[in-house]
Amino acid sequence: MAEADDVLLRLDDVHTDIGRYKILHGVSLTARRGRVSMLLGRNGAGKTTTLRTIMGLWKARAGQITFDGQPIGAMDTPDIAQLGIAYVPEYMGIFGKLTVRENMLLATGAQGFAKDSLDRVLAWFPALKLKWDSTAGSLSGGQKQMLAIARAIVEQRRLLLVDEPTKGLSPVVVDQLVEALLGLKNEQTTILLVEQNFRVALAIGDDVAVMDQGRIVHSGDMAALGADEELQQRLLGLSMAVDT
Amino acid sequence: MAGQPDKIPEQPSEQATIALAPAVSASKPHQSAKLRRASWLSWLVSDDPPGRFLLNAILLLVLAAFVFAPFLFPGTKALGVASRICIFVILVASYDLMLGYTGIVSFAHTMFFGIGAYGVAIALTQGWVGWGAVILGAAAGAGVSLVLAAAIGILSLRLRAIFFAMITLAVASFAQILAEQWRSLTGGEDGLTFSVPAILKPGFRLFADPVLGVTINGPVITYYLIFIVSLVLFLLMLRIVNSPFGRVLQAIRENEFRVEAMGYQVVAYRTMVSAVSAVMAALAGALMALLLGYNGPDATLSFSLMIDILMMVVIGGMGTIYGAVIGSILVILAEYYLRNVLGAVNGAVSETPFLSALFHPDRWLLWLGVLFVLIVTFFPQGLFGWLRQRR
Amino acid sequence: MSKEWLDRLQQWAPYAVTPLIVLAALPAMGLTAWVTLTIAGLTMGMMLFLVASGLTLIFGLMEVLNFAHAAFVTVGAFVTVSVLGPLVGWTTAPSLTLNLLALLMALLAAAAASGALGFVFERIIIRQVYGAPLHQILITIGALTVIEQLVIVIWGPDAIALPKPATLRGSVFLGSSPIETYRLVALFVGLAVAAAMQLILTRTRIGLVVRAGVEDREMVQSLGYNIRRVFVGIFIAGTALAGMGGMMWGQYQALVNYQIGDSMLILVFIILIIGGLGSVGGCFIAAILVGLTSNYAGFLAPTLALGSNILLMALVLLWRPRGLFPIGEQ
Repeated sequence: MAEADDVLLRLDDVHTDIGRYKILHGVSLTARRGRVSMLLGRNGAGKTTTLRTIMGLWKARAGQITFDGQPIGAMDTPDIAQLGIAYVPEYMGIFGKLTVRENMLLATGAQGFAKDSLDRVLAWFPALKLKWDSTAGSLSGGQKQMLAIARAIVEQRRLLLVDEPTKGLSPVVVDQLVEALLGLKNEQTTILLVEQNFRVALAIGDDVAVMDQGRIVHSGDMAALGADEELQQRLLGLSMAVDT
Repeated sequence: MAGQPDKIPEQPSEQATIALAPAVSASKPHQSAKLRRASWLSWLVSDDPPGRFLLNAILLLVLAAFVFAPFLFPGTKALGVASRICIFVILVASYDLMLGYTGIVSFAHTMFFGIGAYGVAIALTQGWVGWGAVILGAAAGAGVSLVLAAAIGILSLRLRAIFFAMITLAVASFAQILAEQWRSLTGGEDGLTFSVPAILKPGFRLFADPVLGVTINGPVITYYLIFIVSLVLFLLMLRIVNSPFGRVLQAIRENEFRVEAMGYQVVAYRTMVSAVSAVMAALAGALMALLLGYNGPDATLSFSLMIDILMMVVIGGMGTIYGAVIGSILVILAEYYLRNVLGAVNGAVSETPFLSALFHPDRWLLWLGVLFVLIVTFFPQGLFGWLRQRR
Repeated sequence: MSKEWLDRLQQWAPYAVTPLIVLAALPAMGLTAWVTLTIAGLTMGMMLFLVASGLTLIFGLMEVLNFAHAAFVTVGAFVTVSVLGPLVGWTTAPSLTLNLLALLMALLAAAAASGALGFVFERIIIRQVYGAPLHQILITIGALTVIEQLVIVIWGPDAIALPKPATLRGSVFLGSSPIETYRLVALFVGLAVAAAMQLILTRTRIGLVVRAGVEDREMVQSLGYNIRRVFVGIFIAGTALAGMGGMMWGQYQALVNYQIGDSMLILVFIILIIGGLGSVGGCFIAAILVGLTSNYAGFLAPTLALGSNILLMALVLLWRPRGLFPIGEQ
């Protein structure tokens, strides 16, 4: 069990509905400072809904969400982002009609890019440098994903919410992403990562929470889950155990 | 679009959820025990009576007023107003089918109204006479409307609501322009004047002596013709909205994604309802032509008429069909008599030029507009819907 | 190779529509008429662009369709009447500078009045109906009616003459083609405003946020921008632009009546549909297209002229159902 000040993000018994559909039924989870917390589960388990609720894009019907001790459940999305939380949605959310540079610029404040910060990000994703002035819509799938992540991290953030970054990407690109995420981990960035790729989850995850039908059905140490094949099968089924 | 997951549904805003709530619920708690016993009456209104005692009484009174109108309100003018109200009830109720029950906004409704009217007008001006021509014209108008509505529906109903609304506006404009330019067919801006069948003419007498003090002449017979046809169409629409078809429409209005997921072709249903609505509007148009003995772009195709319809359906109550009755009566009577009220107020404030301009009799549309905006904001269910939900 | 060529063609085809029409019109009407009508079409396009650009941004950003947009055009036109009244000394003087100065005053006043009304309107009416398209349509139509009637209350029901300033009446000649002097002024104003809009959209942070917001509103909020506040600003800018459009149009017609906005509204909608909702560039091209079509059709086929733009819209929709330059997913 984590100590109180070890926890950066805490969800307490969160219920979220979309229209008449009840999606989250009392989700409780924590993300520890400087750790990578994995959020796993089948399609439709409610992982995306959880991230969107944290980000304020959907409002929870009940329950508490606290960020560094501060309740954020009632805050508007822009204000939540201003607290230092970055969100990379499943569909990436890049602006196709804007250039790569303009996409990145949106993530900075009035002063523009901080040189070292930008350099480090471009070192992780060199393709973005090449395409700096091209429209984001002309990028390949992998490059778009890199842009989405790069945009989220070009400024120092306290919490990163990432939704299925490796989905549909080639192994080469996946490796690049994992490298970047490990780099971030070294910088003590707190990450809450939704993933379908178990191999990636094992490679970078510290803690894990597994969701099913809008509930958390398991939480604990990632490595421990990685070692327990029987538990993996039970929780995630064959669809998860093998990397795609 | 690549990477876009299947439609993230919008978390409905509060306004969207409150608004347009139908007064017709599945369990019908407003049905009174008395009415349930009179089963033939129940069948007539398709198990969808106005409400409990008060509302039923009001609507029955209204019905009685219409049945005995020539005797209660003698004179050609009053009868003309009553006829007009009946026609508008059908026009507005058919619009309610689309707006209130299915959630579609269209600006082409007056176009179908006009097509029906022109159907009769053209038939009677091209040399045919008598009831055969009338029926032929009405049927032609209805047929053209059906086809046109279906075409517009298939091509545009899959688009977003706002897109569809704008396109119907453009189509209706085009129809208006066409009517104004195609002199040889439609008489252009002047329209077509024609002779109505003999029994509807003012000089005609059904009985030599007056009945209950009123001469049963052409206008009276015209009125009853219009009233009876309107009543039949009205009851027909009640039947439609209370059928399985009607339930699907309401479900579509509530959540079209869900309905689509359940296997219904939403576009098909929407097209069907807009076709039915168009046919009703055309029939109303045919009646209008008979009433006026004339049809022109200004009589049936104008945008201000479209605004009138919107006002009537909203003020009366969307999604109720009965709302059309309340709305039509209120707005038409307002058009005629609000001027008098304003005139009186005007007299009282004649010293202040601004106030006197504000309450000028010609500004009745201003006040109606304000009422309209207030009702859309605070009483989206309209007068009838609000009354119905009060118990 | 040929697939790539086809894709290229597909991508650039929408841009070719306007030039093609302009070129096709030349043999149909002879050079003299062609020059006059093309300039007339471009000018009308500019004025329509002023009115339509605001509406397309408002819709692209917040998915609000304001049917009452026409009311702001009307208000702009009538405010012009009130401003140019006292300035009659300037407008009747034979000095180009004074004339232009008077027009500038009217332009600014129209923009300010419509913008102020827009601020109030957004607060009271639009805020109620975000995310509820049916409600938007209904309430904004109601508001349109009310505002128009209020215009009658303030300025009276009759049409008011708005004669052009002294030095701007009449025409200049380009070769043998007569071009109304006022048209050149309107063309210039329109282009200047369009250029300013383009600069703001592409060179400033706020412009960047707006362009991003039109594509994906949620993502912009997730990046920390309060898009609601941005929207209010855009709404006011849009209504101010509509006011300017009303001023230019009213002055051009030399007559102002309370339905001046309505007559523009249907053309504005056609422009929005043809151009693609949310695209300012598309709006610009579509506005020019509509202006040209009106003028060309008015000369070549007068009976068809009024309906020509609706036919144009139908043709464009059959070819490109989301408009010539659509933005993102709709």
